[in-house]
Amino acid sequence: MVQFSLPKNSQMRTGKTWPKPETGGTLRKFQIYRWNPDDGKNPQVDTYFVDLDDCGPMVLDALIYIKTKIDPTLTFRRSCREGICGSCAMNIGGQNRLACIFGMDEVSGDVKIYPLPHMPVIKDLVPDLSHFYAQHASVKPWLETTTNTPAKEWKQSIEDREKLDGLYECVMCACCSTSCPSYWWNGDRYLGPAALLHAYRWLIDSRDEATGERLDDLHDPFKLYRCHTIMNCAQTCPKGLNPAKAIAEIKKMMVERVI
Amino acid sequence: MGFKTDYARVHGHGAAGEGSHHWWSQRVTSVALIPLTLLFIFPFGRALGGGHEVFVATYSNLWHALVAVLFMIAAFAHLQQGLQTVIEDYVPGKATRTAALLANTLFCWAFGVAGVLSVAAVLFRA
Repeated sequence: MVQFSLPKNSQMRTGKTWPKPETGGTLRKFQIYRWNPDDGKNPQVDTYFVDLDDCGPMVLDALIYIKTKIDPTLTFRRSCREGICGSCAMNIGGQNRLACIFGMDEVSGDVKIYPLPHMPVIKDLVPDLSHFYAQHASVKPWLETTTNTPAKEWKQSIEDREKLDGLYECVMCACCSTSCPSYWWNGDRYLGPAALLHAYRWLIDSRDEATGERLDDLHDPFKLYRCHTIMNCAQTCPKGLNPAKAIAEIKKMMVERVI
Repeated sequence: MGFKTDYARVHGHGAAGEGSHHWWSQRVTSVALIPLTLLFIFPFGRALGGGHEVFVATYSNLWHALVAVLFMIAAFAHLQQGLQTVIEDYVPGKATRTAALLANTLFCWAFGVAGVLSVAAVLFRA
């Protein structure tokens, strides 16, 4: 649903400014969104200072520095530290990015970090992605076949395999869907760029035998057609993918069924 | 608060089996409006400020009348489809949204048909 202002209990306040480290190196200022579901307070933005001489170059390095050396209560997701698990997606300097592969030097001025936009927050920088994952599951992201499974393997030509490039690399970090205004306003019904990119990945898999059923499942004014080619998804994708193009291809497949 | 699972919520009532026609029709009308707008706007612009007689003279011409009718059909169809999308995107609440959608349809049909009838009246009275 469209909301142009935050509800009262979500309005952000200025939080605590944590003491500067006394290690003597170059300091960088970080402003980070904090919200604790247990204290009943509004969200606040805390200020931290990171010693760049004692810290790695990525934003995730700075978050780990803060958690380890300044404030152990700061909560965020992270795992692989190399852009393959998609856990550390967050809004950094106004852009949805993976903190582990986004350098501090890519942001000018203070580094402002918020959770992914327009998602329920569990705590601090951790959004609730249950609905997002359910949308992914709803497009049946697996091979659907009717023919008996071959004894050895489902064969695929090199050319058909190449069609999956630019699609299979998605790590489901949710940067794209949470940057999409259509997803913000109608995310309960619109599947969003990530789920639709996955839907297209299976629609054009030459081994899949359920293309018609998959298109039937997407043929809906809200599930698919809320995409208005705003292109925020393509601009923000940390893996350089283009979900908007995948969605446009699905729309073309839909039209090809009737003309 | 209910205990419905996320998957059930996402699945909802399933796919409506609609949307492609609306999407395709919006593209067709937008492309059609490129030449139609150009063909419509010049005789209309020339007649503007010329008074009733000049308009009657312009739209008594079958070619100008045909262009005007096609332009209005395409323009109001396109307007109706576009506004429907905007309403679906931005108007919250089932009742308000339904009311806005109905008002949009009524407005576009009423003005579209009125425009076509006006041109027809001028053409056939001449």
